[in-house]
Amino acid sequence: MATLRITLAALLSHWRRHPLQFFSILTGLWLATALWTGVEALNSQARADYARASAVLTGPSQAQIVPRKGERFDQAAYVELRRRGWLVSPVLEGRIRFSAGEEGSRVQLLGIEPLSLPHGSSVAGQPGSSLDLGPFIGEPGQAWIAPDTLQRLGFKVGEQPSTVDGQRLPPLQVHPQLAPGVVILDIGHAQTLLQAQGQLSRLLVDADLATKALPADLASQLELRQSSDSGDLQRLTESFHLNLRALGMLAFIVGLFIVNAAIGLALEQRRGLLRTLRACGVSLRSLISALAIELGLFAVLSGLAGVASGYLLASVLLGNVAASLRGLYGAEVAGQLSLSPQWWLAGIAISLLGALLAGGSSLLRAARLPILALAQAQAWRLAQSVWLKRQAMVSVLLAVFAAVCWRFGDSLLSALLMLGAILLAGALALPALLDGALAWLSRYCRSPLSEWFVADSRQQLPAVSLALMALLLALAASVGVGSMTEGFRKTFIGWLDQRLSADLYLTPRDTAQSLEIGAWLKDQPGVTSVLPRWHIDQRLQGWPVQIEGVVDDPSYRQQWPLLSQSSGAWSQLAAGQGTMLSEQFARRLKLDLGQTLVIAAPDGEQRLTVVGLYADYGNPRGHMLLNADWLRRHWPDAVLSNLGVHVMPAQMNALRTALEQRFGLDSTRLIDQTSLKRWSTEVFERTFAATGALNALTLGVAGIALFISLLTLGHSRLAQLAPLWALGVNRTRLGWLSLGQTLMLASLTVVLAMPLGLLLAWCMVAVLNVQAFGWRLPLQIFPDQLLRLGLLGLLTSLLAAAGPLWHVARRQPADLLRQFADER
Amino acid sequence: MSADVFMRGARLCLGVLGLSLLVLVAACGDKPAPTSGFAGLGQDAGDFNKVERGRPLQFPADHGQHDGYRIEWWYITANLKDETGKDWGVQWTLFRSALRPGEEKAGWNSPNVWMGHAALSSPDGHQYVETLARGGVGQAGVEAQPFKAWIDDWALASTGGEGIDQLEMKASGKDFQYRLQLSAKGPLVLHGDRGYSEKSGQGQASYYYSQPFYEVRGEVERDGKKLQVTGQAWLDREWSSQPLSKSQQGWDWFSLHLDSGAKLMLFQVRQSDGKPYRAGTWITPDGTVEPLRGDQILLAEEARTKQDHGREVPTRWRVQVPDHGVDVQTEAIQPLAWMGTSFAYWEGPISLRGKSGKPGGRGYLEMTGY
Repeated sequence: MATLRITLAALLSHWRRHPLQFFSILTGLWLATALWTGVEALNSQARADYARASAVLTGPSQAQIVPRKGERFDQAAYVELRRRGWLVSPVLEGRIRFSAGEEGSRVQLLGIEPLSLPHGSSVAGQPGSSLDLGPFIGEPGQAWIAPDTLQRLGFKVGEQPSTVDGQRLPPLQVHPQLAPGVVILDIGHAQTLLQAQGQLSRLLVDADLATKALPADLASQLELRQSSDSGDLQRLTESFHLNLRALGMLAFIVGLFIVNAAIGLALEQRRGLLRTLRACGVSLRSLISALAIELGLFAVLSGLAGVASGYLLASVLLGNVAASLRGLYGAEVAGQLSLSPQWWLAGIAISLLGALLAGGSSLLRAARLPILALAQAQAWRLAQSVWLKRQAMVSVLLAVFAAVCWRFGDSLLSALLMLGAILLAGALALPALLDGALAWLSRYCRSPLSEWFVADSRQQLPAVSLALMALLLALAASVGVGSMTEGFRKTFIGWLDQRLSADLYLTPRDTAQSLEIGAWLKDQPGVTSVLPRWHIDQRLQGWPVQIEGVVDDPSYRQQWPLLSQSSGAWSQLAAGQGTMLSEQFARRLKLDLGQTLVIAAPDGEQRLTVVGLYADYGNPRGHMLLNADWLRRHWPDAVLSNLGVHVMPAQMNALRTALEQRFGLDSTRLIDQTSLKRWSTEVFERTFAATGALNALTLGVAGIALFISLLTLGHSRLAQLAPLWALGVNRTRLGWLSLGQTLMLASLTVVLAMPLGLLLAWCMVAVLNVQAFGWRLPLQIFPDQLLRLGLLGLLTSLLAAAGPLWHVARRQPADLLRQFADER
Repeated sequence: MSADVFMRGARLCLGVLGLSLLVLVAACGDKPAPTSGFAGLGQDAGDFNKVERGRPLQFPADHGQHDGYRIEWWYITANLKDETGKDWGVQWTLFRSALRPGEEKAGWNSPNVWMGHAALSSPDGHQYVETLARGGVGQAGVEAQPFKAWIDDWALASTGGEGIDQLEMKASGKDFQYRLQLSAKGPLVLHGDRGYSEKSGQGQASYYYSQPFYEVRGEVERDGKKLQVTGQAWLDREWSSQPLSKSQQGWDWFSLHLDSGAKLMLFQVRQSDGKPYRAGTWITPDGTVEPLRGDQILLAEEARTKQDHGREVPTRWRVQVPDHGVDVQTEAIQPLAWMGTSFAYWEGPISLRGKSGKPGGRGYLEMTGY
């Protein structure tokens, strides 16, 4: 024990003399942990919120009774069912907006009837039977709200906020288990607030009834549905979270490069110390234990710091992520983090794991090298050269693995594995490629100094290769993600321009109002055409799909962008013989042009030929187009949910006002093309804002890795520089030469990063996106973006190199002279 | 007999408070009903209609619901036999409780909450079920003419004749159901002073009448097996607005059909501050009524039965009313007739064995607070 303590003290004394190395290991682990835990925090917050969302109101069975037509039905049907012995419980849902606040002040109202809740139901995570009924159903009642929603809206407990319609909510009461953006209250209060007297959205069903058939006279109006859509949230958002996690993983790996570099160098510098300790009789076991404890201390220290900063990072990014999730999937995620103790522990654990991954190889090497070899100056470097060959071999294997993933893989996981394999293969191949490139260059070197320049660069390579790998990874990821995002943006905006061709989009209250407005619009001045969209939600092979019935209008032929189509596609659609599918939906169903889609309509199975495929970016659900008349014939309960209106620009404002006044359509039901586009683009920008931020951080981490490597290298470089100085190369020139070396290595890395980045971009648009979202994008190359990123990479290395080189250039001649006396 | 309102009032209070899972005795025994309690018991009693002496009961109107009063119930217990001579007991209960004073309103905003209890008991088993409903939407309610009381698919409804003379009564639970025809063979019985039934000491009262003379035939079904049954039933109707006393621990209530054709209602309220309060009503076979004072009634507990959850409940009693020649030992037909509803109590059929040559009979026993 005493030996261990003394050994540990001796080892730790190293860091007193080399605080920079100490901080580089700490920083590496800290950054790696911070980025990883930050991303994990985002993911786990979102998942916890989905769980909260699905726990808002859960019954003993998944089944529920919903209206066949429209969103609501008369509560007389509820009473009728109860009086026939059906144990059902009514629910009314809807959205309200508060008069105070703006866009964010909408909440989902959920009206429940606590007396009839099925046995075993839970409300906001607590058993339905434990509700304090009197205050809940009485006057003024209670409105349950989650603490984060309360804070977001800026209300206080007990307050009775007013809606835009001038109605007042029951006093607000905080329930921590409640999902964000939801307010639960008694059904009576909900009917008043939503102005839906006598109306219900759905009925919860007791477990015993889940398989019973509805009475015939009610079956025309209602249907028993086995599962709800809300369970899909987790599945729909899965790819989004997986992508975030992959990004976090990348950052983590880049951070570990720093640690690996620093620990390796620290080990190399402590060769003498290790030899002395061993010679003094310290057993190998004690030595390795001491090294391991040291590593563990690093891990715990930086783990704590990392978890704390990860939390901060996540809280900064959460707003954007939450907004993206809301925009893309309609998933409510709180704007505030609340993380479980497990998350904090996991953060420390990941830091330990990181330390082990990064420092394990050094420990292994220290354990394996014989005592005498420890004293050999070149031992570590020799080992490195063996590693170089091994790395190159592993790199080739990884490349083969990536190719196999691409050829045979058919899942998001295989796509991510492929991406990871390509990145790692690129990184591991880098030292060998650089070495090769330098060897090739050396053949063209004529002057002694230039020969030295190249040869010395080669000699530096093992020491800086890890930092260069980090740079390569970060740059390649930036290039890849950047090209993908830019390409997506261009495609998306072009698609929006085409797709959103109507000038005004209306979402009337119900079909009756839609028909009324449609008829009225036809007689209005300036209206050139009205495009009704009939709508029905369906499940096909387990996937939720939105079926849309469109009329045969020339504007579709001109403006609805198709990715591919059979000849006469629109005519076939108009004739009710064909259907068009969104790209991702067709992929899920494994259908292509000309194949037959079988769909269950109320009047039996229908067969339709797939005549066209179109992009439907950002929609996690399936989407298909049918002819409106055909749809209504087979689905008599289809809803006329949307109207697109083409109108002369001059009449636009007048028409808007008329619609608002005559039909009471507010801004939630009436939206013009420009706002809709702006909103869509915002969702898009937000989605990639978090990605961009993480990417920039990763590049920053790579810069730090390079800086630390060069700094540590600087100390051992004197031995190489001193002879040159002795031969007459002055210190300034030496400084410039060293800078040149670094820049040359960095430039080579940057040049190699470009094709790797483009390969990544291709993987993302053509493989990963297809697996994650179901759409394939064209690979677009943006030279100016590549140039910008390349320069950024060089700038990063320049900044990283400047400090250490300034140090070298300012070395006192005495220091340089001393090199010759130094025997070591 | 004047404490019966008190008692049944407490029963309802417990029932409704039971919804919020307040402990039985804690709610109505040891401590006062919560100030903002479910039924608003206690604080705004003044806004509810008062029970006043001299208000003549009017039928059929008084068979219906009495808005403005806090609590009200329709309570039927039946003693039946199947074709093999086996004993059965049936309970059908509908409670109305008003959250606040005022008339019934259409919609969820109605002040009324309804609760139904149904049970089927025999020597082989005891099944019960509870259901709850809000007023104002039609899920539960009572109409006076023609008489109809219902909650979900349970109903107590007139099938002809005057008022509540001919009734059909039905209810169902998970593994049982019953459908019975009730036919009154005697007059309505008004308790107390022509239906104004006073409580001891504290000036509390209720309106209270009964129909103890029902003959019953019909069908009970347990676990899918249907049986034809015949027998007798007893209806209690009561409404009031009175708040409750703090000192009540529970009560034991008997409704007895004697073999002589006479009927007897009696109870005791076990009080924490003194000896139990007892009262009752003696009803001759032709419906003549005589209220009983506490000193005319002797009640002694003779044996207890441990219920499934471990509580011990007296299931054998000796009941004596010497002035009317009553001396019987009552024995529970199903000793485990526990009603594990949101508030829990014991309610089941009993058989009466006459002592020293006195007539026997059958009846129902309800016990709370154990």
